[in-house]
Parts: sequence; C-alpha cells; structure tokens
Amino acid sequence: MSIKVEGLNYIYSQGTAYEIKALDNINLSIEDGEFIGIIGHTGSGKSTLIQHLNGLIKATSGAIYYNGKNIYDEDFKMKDLRSKVGLVFQYPEYQLFEVDVFSDVCFGPKNLGLSKEEIEARANKALQAVGLKEKYYKYSPFELSGGQKRRVAIAGVLAMQPEVLILDEPTAGLDPKGREDILNLIARLHDEKGLTVIVVSHSMDDMAQYAKRLIVMNQGSVQYDGTPKEVFLHYRELEKVGLSAPKVTYIMHELAERGLSVDVTATTIEEAKKSILEGLKK
Amino acid sequence: MIRDITIGQYYPAVSPIHKLDPRVKLAGTLIFLISLFLTESVVGYVLATIFLAGVIKLSKVPLKFILRGLKAIFVILAFSVAFNLFLTSGEVLVQFWIFKITKEGVRTALMMAIRLVYLIIGSSIMTLTTTPNDLTDGLEKALSPLKKIKVPVHEIAMMMSIALRFIPILMEETDKIMKAQMARGADFESGNIIKRAKSLVPILVPLFISAFRRADDLAMAMEARCYHGGDGRTKMKPLKYKKHDFAAYIVLFAYLGAIICIRIFIG
Repeated sequence: MSIKVEGLNYIYSQGTAYEIKALDNINLSIEDGEFIGIIGHTGSGKSTLIQHLNGLIKATSGAIYYNGKNIYDEDFKMKDLRSKVGLVFQYPEYQLFEVDVFSDVCFGPKNLGLSKEEIEARANKALQAVGLKEKYYKYSPFELSGGQKRRVAIAGVLAMQPEVLILDEPTAGLDPKGREDILNLIARLHDEKGLTVIVVSHSMDDMAQYAKRLIVMNQGSVQYDGTPKEVFLHYRELEKVGLSAPKVTYIMHELAERGLSVDVTATTIEEAKKSILEGLKK
Repeated sequence: MIRDITIGQYYPAVSPIHKLDPRVKLAGTLIFLISLFLTESVVGYVLATIFLAGVIKLSKVPLKFILRGLKAIFVILAFSVAFNLFLTSGEVLVQFWIFKITKEGVRTALMMAIRLVYLIIGSSIMTLTTTPNDLTDGLEKALSPLKKIKVPVHEIAMMMSIALRFIPILMEETDKIMKAQMARGADFESGNIIKRAKSLVPILVPLFISAFRRADDLAMAMEARCYHGGDGRTKMKPLKYKKHDFAAYIVLFAYLGAIICIRIFIG
C-alpha cells in the first residue's frame, strides 16, 4: 500500500486572466502506516495537493500511483480510490446534510453500494471510533458543537473504511480542549487501526508532537520533507516563508546560545524537559 | 467545472472600455440591443458586427473568454434555430418526410441565431468590463429619478450588489461541498434524471444553510456599521462623466442613427 506522486503540476483556471500555478513539480512517496503532517502558509498548495491524492482534482501534468496503479489510467475506478483514500474537509458544515447524525454517517457506505446491515454496522463502528456518545446519534448534525460536528465528519469518512485518512486542518476553529481531543483521536486511529494519516495543519506545536514526518510546502512546491526534528532545524528559513518552528525549538536554541548544553532538536515539551534537566546536571 | 460560467463575471484589464462610466456602458448595451431588433438587412448586420468587433477589440478581453459564455445558451439557440428553420412557411428549398426547409425559414433562423448570439456577447461585454459594484452604482444613479415616485432605488441597488457579490462565493462553496460529498463516494453524473435530482440534496442542504448563515452575518456586520438605507448616504467615489464618456455617447448615438437610417432607407 503506497501512494507515489511523480512530477505533479497543477494550474488553476488555465488560459484565463486568473491563471495560477498551484502545484509545481511535486514528487512524493507515502508508505503504509505513516503519520504525515503537511505545513505551509495559506495558498502554498497544501489543500490542492491533498485533493489530488483522492482524485478530486485532476493534475495538469504528472502522475499519481496508488498501490502501483496510475489513478489517471482510463480503466482506474475513481470511486474505489475515494473509498480507500478518505478525505475530511476543513469545515464539517460542508458535508453534513442528513436529518440525523447516524444517517449522515451512513451516506458514505451507502454510496459504496453495501447492504443495509453492513452500512449500519460500519456507521456504528465509525461513530464508536470517534468517541461520540450514543445519545447524539439521533440528533440533527446542526445541533452539535464544533468539535462534535468534526467527529461526525470524520466518522462519515471512516465509515467507508479507508486505508489512508487525510484531514484538512482538523482543528481549525476549535477551542484548546477540542483541538487536543481531535488530535488524540487522530493519533489513536493511526496507532490502533494502522491507518496511514496525513494531516494539513498550521500548528507547528501540534505537528511536532504528533507527526512522524513533515512536508513543508512553499509556493506550490515541496521545500522540506523529513522528520520534525530535521525540518525544524531550518527554523530560520521557515520564518522567511511565513511559518515558524514550535515554541520549544526557540527556547532550546536560545538556551544553547546562552551556554547551556541542550539538544536543540527537541521539538516536544517532554523532550525539552529531559534535555534541559540533563543539561543542568552537567 | 463551475469556473467555466462566464456570464456576470468580471475580466480585469486596462482598456478604454473598462474606464468608461458604467452608465455609458448600460446605455450602450441598451442601444446595441435595440439596434439588433431594428436591423433586418444584411447591411445593418454588417454594421452591427463591425461595431461589436470594434468594442471587443477595444475591451482587450480575449475573444475565447467571451465565446465561452455562449455555451450556456447553446440549447436555447439550437431550439430556436430548429423551430424557425422547420416551421416557417414560404418557398420550399429542401423537403424530406414531414420536414421542409424554406427560404424564409433559413433567413429567419439565421437572423434569430445572429441576434441571440450578439445579444449575449453584447451584454457579457458589459459585465466583463464592469465590476459588479460599478454596475450597480451606475444603475442606482441612472434610476435615481424614480426616487421621486417612491421607488426604493438605493435598496434595490444594494440588494443587487449583494446578490452579485455572493455569486462567486456561493459558487466556490458549491464546489467545496461537491468535493466533500464526492470524497464520501457521492456520484452526480450517472443515473436517470430522478436519481440525479436526488443526488443534489447533499449539496443543496449545506449550501442553503451556509447561505442563510452568511446572510445573517452580513446583516449583523452592516448593522454594526450603522447602515440604515440610502437616505443621506454619500459615495466615496461619486460617478462623474468625463470627456471620453461624452465621446462614447456620440459614437453610440451615431451608431444608433446609422442603424435607423439603414432600416428606413434599405429595409
């Protein structure tokens, strides 16, 4: 199971005054079970890139291979791809429409043409996986809080039982508690169900804590691709493209400059704490 | 796919047409439409074509962009041409089964097609070269005499500009909603007409909810800035005729005069 992106280019509104080059020669290889964070400033092409991965946007040129098959081949079934590569959009309001939460989650599996029992079993499983209490199943999706709506939206995609789960800014507009809940939920899905997870985010601190691999997008191309530790070593360059490193990175660099022997690649608070304590002992 | 609709879209460029006062362009469009219905001779159509081509050239909007707007009316065009072609009585040219094509039929069908196409092109040039805000400003100013008989001109113009302002936003939103549902395996393209209509529900419900929410937010934002209608309201950039606007009026009336002369003397 893998996704391979080769020489991907995408131009918006080609041939008009509004022409924009959104993706510029993207080459990526995504392996099974990875937890990837995609970061980049607004308009860097990250949302465009993830919409290519499940075939919602067709590239201007280049190819994407899912499990070795080119998704732009004529006999490739897009519907299969979309059930295998689940994409959760930023705003749950864009996809919730049914009279109650349960039937909304059923929408995905229903589109796959499954039997009624199978659909309901999958919806139940998905709603349990996102940890939504059973009393909400019969609520209208519009009566829920922001965090709950997001859970329902994620469940709606999980019910199709994808192998890859892509989330576009899953924590935007949530309060700190809601953010943490959603991120923990995503981490749990990755660890327990073995899903390949790709998260688009603006929060460096969140990405440092959860992602195992970071892809930095800038002006439509991949600027850095590596572990959070490797990527955040370039924190000066990240600032130049309108991004930043986790707050911990700045503290560690500052401490190192002042003569304390600490590990500057620490990106999470836990690592930082350990490294500072060790540094103080010396 | 939704981006292809060009009717009502603005095409940014620097051209003499873009710079004209919106009232001139409104009047010009009206005059052009009138001229189309006054014209019945070849000479008249040649003049209309030259006029239209000149305006397109001056506007610097690529022809391809303008013609794309015609796709939307293709069905209507095909229908009216077919009806005129087969149902006009007169001197028979070709006949097969119950259909017969007459000389008069060909003539009216051709005229109809040219009129419709020019009509769409003429009005899309106006919207392509005028920002929606300018357009409603122009309309408001042009209709302001009606205020005397208690027509709420300002309110109508405001509603129009809000509606126009929201078209691209709602289109973009529709695009996003469609993608979100497609990501859940929704299919909008296959099946019979009933199945297709049903498949629109997952798009329409979120779209309506979002439109109402936006309307609510906008009303709140307008009230927060003390909006209370048109009374005593002044403009930051009031519309004022300049020299080139008068020149454009002269050209327009010369064109209309020529069309009327052709109608009277040539037929």
